Amino acid sequence: MTPIEVNIERPGGEESGGRRHPNTCPTCRSHYREDELRHAQRVCPHCGHHFAVGAMERIEQLVDPGTFVEIGSDLRAADPLAFVDIKPYIDRLSAAELQTGLGDSLVAGHGRIVGRGAALAVMDFAFMGGSMGSVMGERFCLAADHAERFGVPLISVTASGGARMQENILALMQMAKTVGAVDGLREAGVPYISILAHPTTGGVIASFASLGDVVVAEPGALLSFAGPRVVEQTTGEKTAADFGRAESNLRLGQLDAVVPRRELRGELAKLLMLFSPAEDEPTGDNEPLMTIVEGDANPIDKVLGRLGLGRRRG
Amino acid sequence: MVRVSDEVRRLRKRFEARAEESHIWDAVQLARNPDRPYTLDYAERLFTDAFELRGDRAFSDDEALITMLARYHGQTVVAIGHQKGRDLSERTRRMFGMPHPEGYRKAMRAVELAERLGYPILTFVDTPGAYPGVNAEERGQAGMIARSILSFCQASVPIVATVIGEGGSGGALAIAVADRVLMQQNAIYSVISPEGCAAILWKDSGQARKAAYAFRPTANACLDLGVIDRIVEEPKGGAHEDVDAAAKLLDDAIRHALQQAEMIPAAERRRARRAKFRQMGVWGVVDEPTGDIG
Repeated sequence: MTPIEVNIERPGGEESGGRRHPNTCPTCRSHYREDELRHAQRVCPHCGHHFAVGAMERIEQLVDPGTFVEIGSDLRAADPLAFVDIKPYIDRLSAAELQTGLGDSLVAGHGRIVGRGAALAVMDFAFMGGSMGSVMGERFCLAADHAERFGVPLISVTASGGARMQENILALMQMAKTVGAVDGLREAGVPYISILAHPTTGGVIASFASLGDVVVAEPGALLSFAGPRVVEQTTGEKTAADFGRAESNLRLGQLDAVVPRRELRGELAKLLMLFSPAEDEPTGDNEPLMTIVEGDANPIDKVLGRLGLGRRRG
Repeated sequence: MVRVSDEVRRLRKRFEARAEESHIWDAVQLARNPDRPYTLDYAERLFTDAFELRGDRAFSDDEALITMLARYHGQTVVAIGHQKGRDLSERTRRMFGMPHPEGYRKAMRAVELAERLGYPILTFVDTPGAYPGVNAEERGQAGMIARSILSFCQASVPIVATVIGEGGSGGALAIAVADRVLMQQNAIYSVISPEGCAAILWKDSGQARKAAYAFRPTANACLDLGVIDRIVEEPKGGAHEDVDAAAKLLDDAIRHALQQAEMIPAAERRRARRAKFRQMGVWGVVDEPTGDIG
């Protein structure tokens, strides 16, 4: 990684007491222009704090340029309960779509990472707190379907407060549905890599996100079933500063690694290599195409999948 | 432009018509009634013989969740259920029916046993939720719930789950993935407690009644949404009014559901169960060009 030149503005050190600009680092208070932060993969060049990354930007960071194909982008939440709290659910959905440009809290698809094909399910915390509802669950399953069909690993990147209350019981059922999709991958012998970003809590970490064959997290990410506030309010227990953080989870045996964002693409490429058959060259240029065909998927689909391509919509 | 299916329109209409229903809050109260029969009350009446399996063989025995080998209508089954306590000391010992990770590890041990010996699994769901404490978190609460759900997905033996009281969130679902899911008439099943929902969306847990109206944790709503297969009637006034009668009604429903689950060929059960949960959820489709390259 080449060093990144940035202008670091110090906002004077005074406690601004309240709202902080989204591009101001909450840890060291350095402030960045949008293009600087984007170029730095939203990792503070000064102190290493990991800012939130939207789904599309995350895909750009991880996937070879021009290889990503989205699946299920036309799905939208349907509000079966006609749910209204302080605001109607439908209004919250439109506001979230306007704000993020996404149809829901997860983007599914497939692409190549350093030449190797993978299915992707990437969450966006900015869309209603990355909450899991029917559309998110279905999109995750579409990504898993792609992985199973083309025999490529599934990679998920999660950032979620948990299940979406506005869909109540249907949101809860997405936990069973997504775990079912992971079960399908296990039955088919397809690897699943789960990347946990800040925060991954509630119904998402208590379902598919914990079930990766490899589970890695970004530094400092909060990864817990109940958040610290819920724990303190419900049980009266005090939570330590490192409660539920990625580093604690690693120490407690819940993770394989804590990987800084700048190293993530490289580590993923290594894992995809390790999960691929021996002597498998990533570009596919010199591959004996027909010898890799096995199982019940259409041979051409499998070859295309290995090359990170698809010939039909998920 | 979002196209919403007729099915969703039908559901919305039905729910809008029911918006004023006062029985939603009644169900919440009945589901939590301290006299309501718990798993052990039904086990006593449904099973001729039973032997409790205790401990997760790794850390401890979590009494908020019980597992047993039992004889049900002449065949051996594995029963798994949350268990709340009746008096204060028992409630404390059983953590009000809120399991720690070791409870789910014990459940997984029971599922593995059932799978290996070919016994059907009956579960009884009655928990406010998995215990949200520091120790539970440190021992991997989230991952254990996920693995418990996975073990229920993977089993090839018949599974019947019944929500008998509070079906609270992931802590309930951890033992509720089944071939047939039943729910007692006055039970509730929801992604979060009405109080929790109110605290987050209304910023005031005192708005629990409003939250309950908005998110409908009732058996009727769960049936309409395709989440459960059947509502099990309760005696007039609720299951606690006549526990024997409630057990009889539950027995008939479980026996019938078990017969249905047994009709699915063992080799297909895992896929069939997966497919059952795969179809849960509703959404619309927008007309937009997709990023298709093919």
